[in-house]
Amino acid sequence: MSALAVRDLSLDHGLLHAVRHVSFAVGSGEVVALVGANGAGKTTLLRAIAGAHRPAGGAIELDGVDITAVPAHRRVGMGIALVPEGRRLFAHMSVEENLLLGRMSGRAGPWTLDRVMATFPNLAPRRAARAGTLSGGEQQATAIGRALMSNPSVLLLDEVSLGLAPIAVDRLYQSLAGLMQSGTTIVLVEQDLNRVMRVASRVICMLEGRIVLEGATATTSRDRVTDAYFGLGQARMPA
Amino acid sequence: MINTIIQGILLGGYYALIASGLTFMFSVMRIINLAHGSLAVLAAYALLVLAQSWHINPFLGLLIVLPAMAVLGFLLERLVLERSLRAGQLVPILATFGLAIVIDNLLFEGFGANTRSLGNFIGSLSYDSIELPGGIFVGVLAVGTFAAAVLVLVGLQLFLSFTPFGRAIRATSEDPDTAGLIGIDARLVNGVAAAIALVTVGIAGAALGMRGTFDAYTGGAQLLFAFEAAVIGGVGSVWGTLLGGIVLAVAQSIGAAISPLAFLIAGHGTFLVVLFARLWLAGGIGNLLARRA
Repeated sequence: MSALAVRDLSLDHGLLHAVRHVSFAVGSGEVVALVGANGAGKTTLLRAIAGAHRPAGGAIELDGVDITAVPAHRRVGMGIALVPEGRRLFAHMSVEENLLLGRMSGRAGPWTLDRVMATFPNLAPRRAARAGTLSGGEQQATAIGRALMSNPSVLLLDEVSLGLAPIAVDRLYQSLAGLMQSGTTIVLVEQDLNRVMRVASRVICMLEGRIVLEGATATTSRDRVTDAYFGLGQARMPA
Repeated sequence: MINTIIQGILLGGYYALIASGLTFMFSVMRIINLAHGSLAVLAAYALLVLAQSWHINPFLGLLIVLPAMAVLGFLLERLVLERSLRAGQLVPILATFGLAIVIDNLLFEGFGANTRSLGNFIGSLSYDSIELPGGIFVGVLAVGTFAAAVLVLVGLQLFLSFTPFGRAIRATSEDPDTAGLIGIDARLVNGVAAAIALVTVGIAGAALGMRGTFDAYTGGAQLLFAFEAAVIGGVGSVWGTLLGGIVLAVAQSIGAAISPLAFLIAGHGTFLVVLFARLWLAGGIGNLLARRA
């Protein structure tokens, strides 16, 4: 049984069909990357899995349970955590308060303030600082830490490297490496294809709201992903 | 003169007490509740009914009235504020304005135009006093009201700063969508915040009824005093609210010492001076004029 399954999911922004009849499944402990051009529907898809966006059709299942109608705040308690695009920290609150807010769902698990600090050592000296005063890398680490504090079984990472200096991105992915091997199921949206091919076990490429390519990173060539990314025909597979 | 100022400071405690719920609701829910004063009068009438019909001391009556106010706050949020907020920022102001009119007139319908007081039901407390050095007498009730205001304001601040639910309230007021994504039920949080605000309204209503008299239309003036205290002190800060209440009341007391007619004028004048000073400091007047031109 897959940890997360999306069946025939459609999402609209008003008249725009952002996601059209998308289906895929993610196994427990798998790291799956969603790639695609801006506007392909990746963020909308992640937000729908987290419950922030009502689907127009289709279903979302977590460990075989249909959660399509479950509101966002209860999905966190069931084990889904989203690190939203743009981090969305509570800027007037301290790093520690932001992290503690991640615990509101009350889901049991191994994550504590100290463990987040150990995973992201750059946060430790900034513990009492207001989130609004942090650097981009520190903000992103706080946002991921906040999601981890809810002890998720499925972690959704939306463009965590967006707007960060290359060195900050390296540092972030170093910190995430242990997490990715720890058995947490991860779905990430990432623009940097080289990094995707290194960290993910499977890649899903979206184009105009549809999945146009899906394959293991070990057996899918970078060129095929690039072609699918730009909609260059040959790679098209039945979605 | 010193006596006037001391009495003014103590009256300021009452204004801070009634302003606390107004600023709490505004700072965490972004809603200005124009039914605030009328709800305080409603609580005073509830205590009066308990005292008259069941001989329940108003202090004991609070044990019944405060939970009832909390329930009322939760329902107010669910049935009125949440729905009206969906239609735009200004709609809750209109809705609570309407609610104030409904409450005032229902109270008038039920209790008539007679002026009432809870003073008769609290023994000698309504006129007990303490002598301070220098021959100045202060009312026990006034001191108690001041202490209640400090307790409520500090309590609210500690609750918001150091409890998980307080954190959830602050997070929800900053970004309700993201709060939902990290597992906070924004509707529940807002309901509880409104319930807390109305508990402070209940306490203020008790103070109103015990320290003086009230009738069905007393709510409007209470709202005005609370609003002025909140604006003078700066919305959303504990000591600011207390200071705002004190500044308003001292101005009124000094005004009344000069001429009995100047009590309200001095208060309103101080409010306007502070308001324009704030706008001027924030560059608001310059912006307004620039926009006109």
